[in-house]
Order: sequence, then C-alpha cells, then structure tokens
Amino acid sequence: MKIKILVLTIFYLIGSFNLSYAANSEKVDQISKNLRCLICQGQSVYDSQSDFALSMKILIQNKIDEGKNDEQIYDFLKSKYGEWIVYDPEINKNTVLLWVLPLILFVFGGILILRKVSIK
Amino acid sequence: MVKNIKLIAVVFLVIVSFFILLKGLNKTNNYSPNLNSSNIDFNFKAKFLYSNEETTLYELINDKDFSLINIWASWCLPCRDEHPYLLNLNSLGKLNIIGINYKDSEVNAKKFIKELGNPYSKIVVDPSGVNSIELGAYGVPETILINNTSKTILKKYIGPLDDKKLAELKMIIKNEN
Repeated sequence: MKIKILVLTIFYLIGSFNLSYAANSEKVDQISKNLRCLICQGQSVYDSQSDFALSMKILIQNKIDEGKNDEQIYDFLKSKYGEWIVYDPEINKNTVLLWVLPLILFVFGGILILRKVSIK
Repeated sequence: MVKNIKLIAVVFLVIVSFFILLKGLNKTNNYSPNLNSSNIDFNFKAKFLYSNEETTLYELINDKDFSLINIWASWCLPCRDEHPYLLNLNSLGKLNIIGINYKDSEVNAKKFIKELGNPYSKIVVDPSGVNSIELGAYGVPETILINNTSKTILKKYIGPLDDKKLAELKMIIKNEN
C-alpha cells in the first residue's frame, strides 16, 4: 500500500512538473511570436534561430520564472529596443494612419455599397 | 463631367502612389533603433572571465569618468578587426573598458585575448546572451560609451569600430571633460 502511494505520488509530481514546464514554454512561444527578431528581417523571435532570438527566448523564460507577466515582459523589451520590437504597434503620431485608415476605408466602402444597393 | 472626375481621381491616385513608392525606394529598409536611449540596467549580473566571482555593472563602472562596454566574441571576425581600436582607446587612459564575452567558450576567449592583447580592465562572460539582451544589444560587436557619473549612455555603436567611430569617441570624451 505504502509503495503504491509512493509510486503514485512520484508519478503525480513528474506529471505536474511536466505540465507546468510545458505551460511555461508555451508561454515563451506565445510571447516570442509577438516579437520581431531585430537582426533577421521578416521573422519573429519565435521563428528565428539566430543568436539574438535564442538569447531572447532564454530571457523570456527567465522573466517568466521570475514571475513577470506578459505585459511586464513586453514593456521591458520595449524599453530596451523600442516600440519596433513588438508586432502590435501602439497608437501614436506615427501609427495613427495605420490604425485609422482601415476604419475609414471600411466606412467609405460601406457607404458605396449602401448607395449602390439603394439606387437599385 | 462625372467621367472626368473619375479620370482625375485615378490619375491623382496613381501620381500620389508613385511618389510614395519613389520615396520608399530611397528609404533604407533596415530599422535603425534609437541608439541614444539612456535606458540601462546597472543591476545586471555576470561572472568574470578570469575568476568565478559574480559582479554587477555598478561595480564594474565606478573607476574612471567614462566606461566603454564592448561586446565581443572570439568567433566574431569583425571583433578581431576592431581590437586594435580598443587597444588604442585603452592607451588614452581615460576609459574604463569593460568586455562582455558573448556566447563564447572560455578557452577560445582567453586565447583571443592572449593573441591580440587585452584592452579591457575587466571582462565578464555572457554564455547565454541574456546579459547582452538586457543591455539592449543586437549582437557582436557592439560598443556602448557610458558617462560614469551621470550613468547615461553617450554613444552606442552597432558593428565594429573604425577610424571614423574612433575619432568620434575621442571627440565625445574630449568635449565631455
């Protein structure tokens, strides 16, 4: 009986360790997919095997282990490398057109369609 | 009349996009980061190359007026080219040159220094590359000039030093003094 419990506990521990480990590296993948690899154009940190990207992934893992959340990690990297490192650009003077233009086009297109339909 | 407006609109659009694309042609594709952001974490922990002790950037930089952080590796060819410039800068005596050995083997790093000379007052190792990321670095070689008193980045160079950069560094040091 005792052995059974012991074996079960060990399995449980191994299982939970694996689970938490998997969850963590999934998180690294998730964050690194949103980061631009700055020295390899057109790739995310997740896709890249460059030294820069590999180090970046280790750093993200370290930060997660320290208990930092996604937001803090993104902010940290932004403070080091600037806005460009994240794929999700914030709304500011330079990016306002990027955010507003699709909306304008959408509304404009909608108006065109409506007019076409109502004319018929 | 309506047809005319359409034609004018199309011509106008074509002309506008032509000029936008023309401008885009001249623009460099490479993103150049804001090199002078003074954001630097001095609590950075690293081990020395020649001993097993751990240190922080705070302890490393408090000697002279300026510190020059140089990220290098023995496998990096441009680092070999820029090494004479570091030796030259070291001979000025005003700089505290700190080497960060990036993703390198200890043996090769020591061989590199033995072969080419040691411009560094201290060398720390960065086997995983994490410390360099924390410094906001892109790779090797990279050089960062820091004002020790104000703890700000004065200049940052991505890529090897050359005659022009050397002259510029000397100018900055001279003017700041």
